[in-house]
Amino acid sequence: MADDKKFAGFVCTGCGIGDRLDAGQLEMTATRDGKMQSCVQHEMLCNKEGVQLIRDTIDNDGATHIMIAACSRRAKVEAFSFPDVAMSRANLREGVIWSRPDTDEARETTQEMADDYIRMACAEVKFMTKPTPSGEQELNKNILVVGGGVTGMTAALETAAAGFKVHLVEKTGALGGWAAKWHKRIPYRAAAAGVSNGTNVDLPLPIDNNVGEMIAAVEASDKITVHLNSTVTKTSGAPGRFSADITTESGSTATENFGAIVQASGWKAFDPSALAYLGSSNADVVTNVELEALANEAGDGPIKRPSDGKEVKSVVFVQNAGQASKEEGHLPYHSGIGDLISIKQALYFKDQNGKDCDTTILFDNLRTPGAAGEDFYRSGQQQMVIFSKGKVSEVTSSGSGATVNFKDLILNEDVKLDADLVVLDLGMVPNSGPNPYAVTDALEQLPYEERDKKLAEVEKQVAEASVSIESILNLDYRQGTDLPHLVNGFTDSHFICFPYETRRSGIYAAGPVRRPMDIKQAQDDATGAAMKAIQAAVNAGQGSAAHPRVGDLSYPKFRKEGCTQCKRCTVECPFGAINEDEQRYPMFNESRCRRCGTCMGACPVRVISFENYSIDSVGQQIKNVDIPDEFDEKPRILVLACENDAYPALDQAAMSGQEISAWARVIPVRCLGSVSLSWITDSMNSGYDGIVMMGCQRGKDYQCHFVRGSTMAAERMMKVGDTLQTLNLEPERVVVHEVAITDIERAPRLIKEMEEVIEKVGMSPFKF
Amino acid sequence: MSDMNTAMVEKYRNSFLKEVEANVEEGEWVKMCMQCGVCSGSCPLGPHWAHPPQEIFMMIRAGKREEVLASDSMWMCTSCYNCIVRCPRELPITHIMHGLATYAKKLGLVPKGQATAEFSQIFWNNMMKKGRVNELKLGLSLYFKDGFGQGIKNAMANQKLGMNMMKAKRMSAAEFFGGHGIKDVSGLQKMIKKAEEIEAAKLEANK
Ligand code: SF4
Ligand code: SF4
Ligand code: SF4
Ligand code: SF4
Repeated sequence: MADDKKFAGFVCTGCGIGDRLDAGQLEMTATRDGKMQSCVQHEMLCNKEGVQLIRDTIDNDGATHIMIAACSRRAKVEAFSFPDVAMSRANLREGVIWSRPDTDEARETTQEMADDYIRMACAEVKFMTKPTPSGEQELNKNILVVGGGVTGMTAALETAAAGFKVHLVEKTGALGGWAAKWHKRIPYRAAAAGVSNGTNVDLPLPIDNNVGEMIAAVEASDKITVHLNSTVTKTSGAPGRFSADITTESGSTATENFGAIVQASGWKAFDPSALAYLGSSNADVVTNVELEALANEAGDGPIKRPSDGKEVKSVVFVQNAGQASKEEGHLPYHSGIGDLISIKQALYFKDQNGKDCDTTILFDNLRTPGAAGEDFYRSGQQQMVIFSKGKVSEVTSSGSGATVNFKDLILNEDVKLDADLVVLDLGMVPNSGPNPYAVTDALEQLPYEERDKKLAEVEKQVAEASVSIESILNLDYRQGTDLPHLVNGFTDSHFICFPYETRRSGIYAAGPVRRPMDIKQAQDDATGAAMKAIQAAVNAGQGSAAHPRVGDLSYPKFRKEGCTQCKRCTVECPFGAINEDEQRYPMFNESRCRRCGTCMGACPVRVISFENYSIDSVGQQIKNVDIPDEFDEKPRILVLACENDAYPALDQAAMSGQEISAWARVIPVRCLGSVSLSWITDSMNSGYDGIVMMGCQRGKDYQCHFVRGSTMAAERMMKVGDTLQTLNLEPERVVVHEVAITDIERAPRLIKEMEEVIEKVGMSPFKF
Repeated sequence: MSDMNTAMVEKYRNSFLKEVEANVEEGEWVKMCMQCGVCSGSCPLGPHWAHPPQEIFMMIRAGKREEVLASDSMWMCTSCYNCIVRCPRELPITHIMHGLATYAKKLGLVPKGQATAEFSQIFWNNMMKKGRVNELKLGLSLYFKDGFGQGIKNAMANQKLGMNMMKAKRMSAAEFFGGHGIKDVSGLQKMIKKAEEIEAAKLEANK
């Protein structure tokens, strides 16, 4: 250890720690075993005086590495913020006293637990260094917004309002997108508070379209540069230093630099020709998009049917046409807002064609999400729109108008309905570029053994399917030209925690390219994405990470000499942050990196590490747990818990009084993806009896905060069984679980289950 | 088909929902039903009728005029009010049921021999005479509604009940001869007439 490192420990006796544990012994553990050069106790470390004590030790005594033994690292984060030193924390409150019973019998094991956590924290901090920003870049206050519809315009306006400059790129010759074509909009508001049920109460109605005002605001803003008839033909770089080629239809190209990007490329209309059975060739059967044009044509007057210009006196809306269906050529998902649209359009008829105009909405399941939702539906009922639950089998025609044949699902009988006009509720198709991971995703659907064999076939299929899809961003990334898809062509996003986040750092998706939504939702979405884009640009400027490790200044470093060029890191990085240099060594792209450590966990020769998180900083924690010998009957269970969900769940479990096994030693990891196989083999070799790994849910409905970290970990751990067998150990000693932040009862139970396994298979033979 | 019925079919050719709204007491609420089915689930007699309220409301919206008006479903309502209490949309379901029954009666569409309808008529006639219900006569008219022979049979079967009621002074044989009424029968009849006028005016206003 270099001489300029100075280690100081602090033990808090507050929050009951001092009553339950022998603080003197903890202090001794820190100095004797943990080799802290100093260690002091304080009765409430998080108060002003306690924090000052730490501050003085840093400022006056020159401490460079501090170990705080107090509450969970997730508590008192603001009080214990010392960015100028390396810091580790021993979780004595949630991790020990709150998760152990306060009984005489438990006292000994509780103290052992606390001593271990102190040893671990001391070992960890010894292998940490204070991260410093790379200084690679500065703040770039320009944001690129791709797509000039409501979403793109809102993102541009919000970004401009926050003082950042925007370049807004629109493929067509006009701003406004689809929304500019709508006759009226779905209302934004619910009924006023206190409006009860009733047939004559004031309920929200369709409102005038104000997209024109939005266009004017964009044009008037001196912070927004609009590029019409333009596309983005090349995007390279990383957050804080993107470079984009904006090419006009006529071929001239301008290159601009950006701090971050918002992709708001919107949606395409579903092609109804696949729905011949619904009479899509009949002139009086129109799509919901076409109806808006008819309504616009009518102005305030009655809407006329296309075949002969007759005023419509009866209209039937066929909901969910070709949506949420497994049939060939249909959409496998539901657009969600089609019912709101139909209510809105039915009200056009009530308003313009007279109260007597028969409007029937044939639904299968009626959904009215959004602010006005249920009240808007009531509004439809109030105006005598007829809602009928039925499954349409066919739309036939004889002369003008059409006949809708359906099964009435309430009355369970076949019914026919004649109408002047039939409107099909068609779904929204995302306007995204080709999926860079289409091949990987398709392969993952296959059993492990078949993947290699099917590779060529899958590649061919994917190539054929994506040949007609235009790229939106034309990313100059090793990992493909566009944003990865989540499902059904919608761009990736962590739908629970970080809705706008994509797997390409600094690029945010908003609006219907992310999921189907209406104008109001798209505006909310755009605002969120704009704020994220600004945050990404600012963070990149400071050299710190984007979510979820916002503020983390460390970034992966690797020892080139040791690297075998196996490319596991390049392939497994969920965020495409790693490129290759000319000599085919990995090249880490700091500001694209989200600091998950998946590359670190992937590297077979362990050459990747962070200043504050490395193979050693965790490996040493593992090694510094006291392993009692076999006859002590005190097994040790290593718990590697993801800091995003599993670790908070364990903290929460302790807070709510759940017990956690006295044999467990919990180490938080950034992501299960960062778990190195060497930690597993080392801990097995040093006598742990069991290992419990807890990561986030993986797969299609993933909740992993780093998208693919837990998937990668699961793939790697599939091979652990063999390793254990070569050591003559039972494979059940190592388990991987998917844990959600709400699993506060389950998480401690999973650890308890390992206790039972150990009881069954016996203690590890590797204890010394 | 009664004349009124023919007229109504003509008038509301397109929308039975509109007809209900205009002619049935509280009928304007039917369109507010969201088909959740809570009413049908709450109805103690639900499984025993042809169409529970949710279905009746759907049928009205689907334009099934004949099936609704000639149905005996609304006659099965016991006025327990469970449905009203539970309907999330606060539909006055019980009242709509009675409104539908009344309307069907007006149009002459009540199924023949519908027991509730017959009882109601007997009850009404009985009550209107003296302003109070003459239990003895009510019982007798019920027994004999299907003819003399059947009446005797019914009376024999319920003999014990009748005797007990007499003993408990709940029924008096003297009532057979005229029976006693309220003080101001004509006043009551005026009141009822007024109520009918109010109802008619209300329905007129719906049109
Ligand atoms: S909150 Fe943490 S630092 Fe503060 S007194 Fe409690 S254990 Fe100590
Ligand atoms: S795997 Fe994670 S830590 Fe490694 S480069 Fe990619 S984002 Fe950064
Ligand atoms: S995983 Fe490790 S050895 Fe393989 S290319 Fe990356 S840094 Fe090199
Ligand atoms: S409970 Fe009310 S809303 Fe629900 S089905 Fe019955 S009447 Fe309709």
